[in-house]
Amino acid sequence: MFGYLLKRLIQMTLVLWVVSVIVFLMMSFTGDPVFMVVPIDATDAEIAQARRILGLDQSLLVQYWRFISSLVQGDFGNSYVFRQPAMTLILERLPATVEMVLVAMALALAVAIPLGVYAGANPESRISRTIMAGSLLGISLPGFWVGMVLIFLFAVHWGFFPSSGRGDTAEFFGLRISLLTADGWHHIILPAVTLSLATMAILLRMTRAGMMEVGRQDFMKFARAKGATRRDVLYKHGLKNALIPVITIFGLQLGDLIAFATITETIFSWPGMGKLLIDSIYRADRPVIVVYLMLVALIFVIINFLVDIVYTLIDPRITLK
Amino acid sequence: MADTAQPKLLEVRNLRTYFHTFAGTVKAVNGVSFDIASGEVMGLVGESGGGKSVVGFSILGLIDSPGKIEGGQILLDGEDLVKAGETRLREIRGRDISMVFQDPMTSLNPLHSVGRQMDEVLRLHSELDAKARHTACVEMLESVGISRAEERLKAYPHQFSGGMRQRVVIAIALLARPRLIIADEPTTALDVTIQSQILKLMRRQIAEKGASMILVTHDLAVVSEMADHITVLYCGNVVERGRTRELIEAPAHPYTRGLIDSIPDLSNRHERLQQIPGTVPDIRNLPKGCNFRDRCPRAQALCAEVEPILTAQRGSLSAACHFPLSPGETA
Repeated sequence: MFGYLLKRLIQMTLVLWVVSVIVFLMMSFTGDPVFMVVPIDATDAEIAQARRILGLDQSLLVQYWRFISSLVQGDFGNSYVFRQPAMTLILERLPATVEMVLVAMALALAVAIPLGVYAGANPESRISRTIMAGSLLGISLPGFWVGMVLIFLFAVHWGFFPSSGRGDTAEFFGLRISLLTADGWHHIILPAVTLSLATMAILLRMTRAGMMEVGRQDFMKFARAKGATRRDVLYKHGLKNALIPVITIFGLQLGDLIAFATITETIFSWPGMGKLLIDSIYRADRPVIVVYLMLVALIFVIINFLVDIVYTLIDPRITLK
Repeated sequence: MADTAQPKLLEVRNLRTYFHTFAGTVKAVNGVSFDIASGEVMGLVGESGGGKSVVGFSILGLIDSPGKIEGGQILLDGEDLVKAGETRLREIRGRDISMVFQDPMTSLNPLHSVGRQMDEVLRLHSELDAKARHTACVEMLESVGISRAEERLKAYPHQFSGGMRQRVVIAIALLARPRLIIADEPTTALDVTIQSQILKLMRRQIAEKGASMILVTHDLAVVSEMADHITVLYCGNVVERGRTRELIEAPAHPYTRGLIDSIPDLSNRHERLQQIPGTVPDIRNLPKGCNFRDRCPRAQALCAEVEPILTAQRGSLSAACHFPLSPGETA
């Protein structure tokens, strides 16, 4: 177990290092950030000085060395635009994104699993066909369109939910969390629903496919021959066996939504990381983009690790080696 | 079988189970009748596709769409299981009638420990508390010949060999002390060396517990060692039945004769193995008259016209044949 963890840690570090190289090179070859910080009428001398201050006059190798050594020390530099540490900027907005994604993923699971199990267990029924048709819509309708329709119906037309913003938040270990206030919940519903639909549809279809596969297995019939209820046969014997691919997709989608909730955040003016990323790209605010990309890489690596751990909890035949 | 005075545990009357597929209706079981007294072992014999397994699943009400029990009665102590609801059937499954499947590699849930899968039966069918259930599981596992049972309860199916898994399956089938066990080809998937061990185990366990058994198999050699009487199925119909001894030594139906002759005889190693010519007819589209006539050396014009019905023959035998064999006669 310890050996596995060590191996895994080395792998994760390697992945992050490769990402850091890619991010660094990408940043070095796209645009010159000096012009973002100097005034429009700056002289050549002023530009050269700014370049020196930012360290942009050094060779690429030296620049990378400085980049990676400060990265390792947790220093990601200041935002060119906000003149604040880039890390602080991101971390301020991270909770907003993460809580919206978590609500969306919980919602996706809560709907996808029971409907997927039902559709997999009764593939011929009319209800199952309706569920599958609905899931096809969920996959094919683009998020920005769904978001706008939801705003039009639930915010503008009926006025059930607010159309934008995050509402009241409460402090929790220094983080601002909306899930602790009723107003926060009121605000989070629409964006979370928008964000969850595609994932919900994918998870539903994975669950159904898995259940149909498992339904043909002998042990399902053996469980019924023991006298187990239909519910126990489906959920205790069937679902657990159908879950591995569902968990895999769940992990990937979780990372994906945290990293790229940008569109939904923009539509609902949700003050999360995605919106910050878009703004930073427009302004060539390099340090912020770097932190963002590194953070996303880290999140993916960690989620993948957790997914692998969950595999072993589900299936005793899978061991950590 | 008229000589058994014991009360009947299970009576199957004119059971018909059909599968409605796109390609047509498959009459997998088409008017099968038999009965079993308490403590008896009945062999249900036939070729692949002869409807043997479907009989077993029909008794437990485990026929899935597109299959359906179209008619007949399955009387357990006089209660008709065909008419019983799902709730009542769930009570009966595992408690009164349990099942042992063919392939032990697939009949256990790979993600649940053996202990949990055993415990499930007792949770469903007994009032015992957790501790008593655990003790019962340990005892049962030991009695099917698994050592260090306490430890093995925590193990998962993949940590057992095929033979050991079948012992676990048998233990699960016996746990709630059912009165009838349906064993569907219980040794077919096992090594030959393990087969006889498992058969002996089942035989002993059933005798100890006073349970009855339906042994579904294509292997007459197995059934002749185990069963009190034998029912032979062909194309979803009973073609012959009778006491094991009589049926094996001098069958009345040419099909049974063919099955017996195709058992390899090791003392006669230079002789070519006997076989029944031809194949089972398309069960979706059965011919008029006797289903076996195309493969039967004794077939005559009558066989193509009139379907024979099961009639009493010598001794305990009944056979569905217009021209039954007399003792000593070869087909």
